[in-house]
Amino acid sequence: MALSSADTDLESLPRLPEPPVADLSFLDKVVAATPGVPRLEMCIQCGTCGGSCPSAADMEHTPRQIFAMIRAGMSDEVLRSNTPWFCVACYYCMVRCPQEVHIPDVMYTLKSLAIRAGLYENAAGPHLSQTFSGYVEKYGRSFEFGLATRHYLRHHPISMRGMAPLGLGMLTKDRLTFTPVRIKGLKGLKAILARARELEEAAR
Amino acid sequence: MKYIFYPGCSMERNARAYLDSLMAIREPLGIELEEIDDWNCCGATEFMSVSPLAGHALIGRNLALAEQQTNGTHTVMAGCSACYLNLAKTDHYMLESPQLSETINTALAAGGLHYTPGALKVRHLLDVLMHDVGLEAIQRNVVRPLQGLRVAPYYGCMILRPDFDHRFNYPEYPAQLDQILGVLGAEVIDFPMKLDCCGGHMTQISKPVALELIRRLIHAAAEYKADMLVTLCPMCQLNLDAYQAEMNHYFHTDYHIAITYFTQLIGLAFGKEAKELGFGKEFVDARPALSRIGVQVPVTEPVATPKPKRSKQALPMPSLTRDKGETRR
Repeated sequence: MALSSADTDLESLPRLPEPPVADLSFLDKVVAATPGVPRLEMCIQCGTCGGSCPSAADMEHTPRQIFAMIRAGMSDEVLRSNTPWFCVACYYCMVRCPQEVHIPDVMYTLKSLAIRAGLYENAAGPHLSQTFSGYVEKYGRSFEFGLATRHYLRHHPISMRGMAPLGLGMLTKDRLTFTPVRIKGLKGLKAILARARELEEAAR
Repeated sequence: MKYIFYPGCSMERNARAYLDSLMAIREPLGIELEEIDDWNCCGATEFMSVSPLAGHALIGRNLALAEQQTNGTHTVMAGCSACYLNLAKTDHYMLESPQLSETINTALAAGGLHYTPGALKVRHLLDVLMHDVGLEAIQRNVVRPLQGLRVAPYYGCMILRPDFDHRFNYPEYPAQLDQILGVLGAEVIDFPMKLDCCGGHMTQISKPVALELIRRLIHAAAEYKADMLVTLCPMCQLNLDAYQAEMNHYFHTDYHIAITYFTQLIGLAFGKEAKELGFGKEFVDARPALSRIGVQVPVTEPVATPKPKRSKQALPMPSLTRDKGETRR
């Protein structure tokens, strides 16, 4: 006997779970923090990026996975991943991406967000970027001697001795110098960088 | 032909051989270079990792300074691939996004500067030599053909990718460097790894990843029996040259592939002295390769590795003699 619709009590039927609400705030945040038009929301999850990446095998997540995780709002997992730090900026992914996503630029953004949030497992990458940038900001030029010694003392003190022939060779071949080069317009450069950081802060 | 020149930090010091050899060949090629006055570091791949916007502002300062110097030319030329890409990228992204252009110019205004997106053309030295100078002009100057020298042309990444202005018609299989080396008389191999990455700054972040990237390039060049691997970027040269010994140690290999700059080979073919072209600054000795074409390079001081002195009171210890020919893979 068929039930007549009048007899069905809709309230008594088992309820389906509520569909999850898409939280795109992390995607928006990453896009907003990436200068230019990164086109990250256009990703179609084809995986060409990871297939073209020379260090994908050493990454905890391939670029494609990272982009899916960004869309899923998994900000903590994304920023803790070693993936952006293993990006060698070879741009293979970017030229092969059918959607023309600016993948290396997204990786730069993820690194900067991870540094800000203090979310990274291995500090070698973040410290290298910060030490390098610190010298550039201080002198206007990169300072390889300071960068190499400081970075090695901090992260590879044991292998310091093994690196001695390399450092010594760089010095005797005059490919490295003890003294940094300073630009004339240092004051102006510092003002420009300070203003850029203020603007970056305001846009967050 | 006149160009605004951005040397970059590497060319000033660790890639001095690249700059010296470029200076030696610019006259026969009719290139006039005017350096950007008081330029700053482009930030490499590191500055943007800390603050993307400040990274663009850092590059923007160079573009703004260059724009003030556009006297008869609007072309900025860089020899370093990373510098070239950074300058080209900021210009391109500013052009693409008026909002970014406004933000960067607000930052630049703090230093009294301004850059109009698109005001300059940013180009790499290879592009200039190939498309402005031309193969014929290069060939005309050859007085000592590099006959018998087997070279692997290596482009690396940032010159061909992303190539915003489409300067290279086959980005996945370019031939410009091959052709230049060809007209110099060298035997150019069809190098399958010519576009693969040297690892960039990875040597400072993860040694195993970096050394493997270096190994596969050197291995491919050795498989093809190249005497020399020819680069056009200071980062590529540094990684493949200075880390080749450590790579050999790590993988128990014994490769000795000399890594040179293409401008050095152009200079050699033009009859310039090896010393003037910066030969002798490389870690993996280029002399055996150069002797094949009859070029002598003055010997530079060998690098002495400090060896701890044995104390006379120390107990006698057995020592292993290492077999020199032994390689393990």
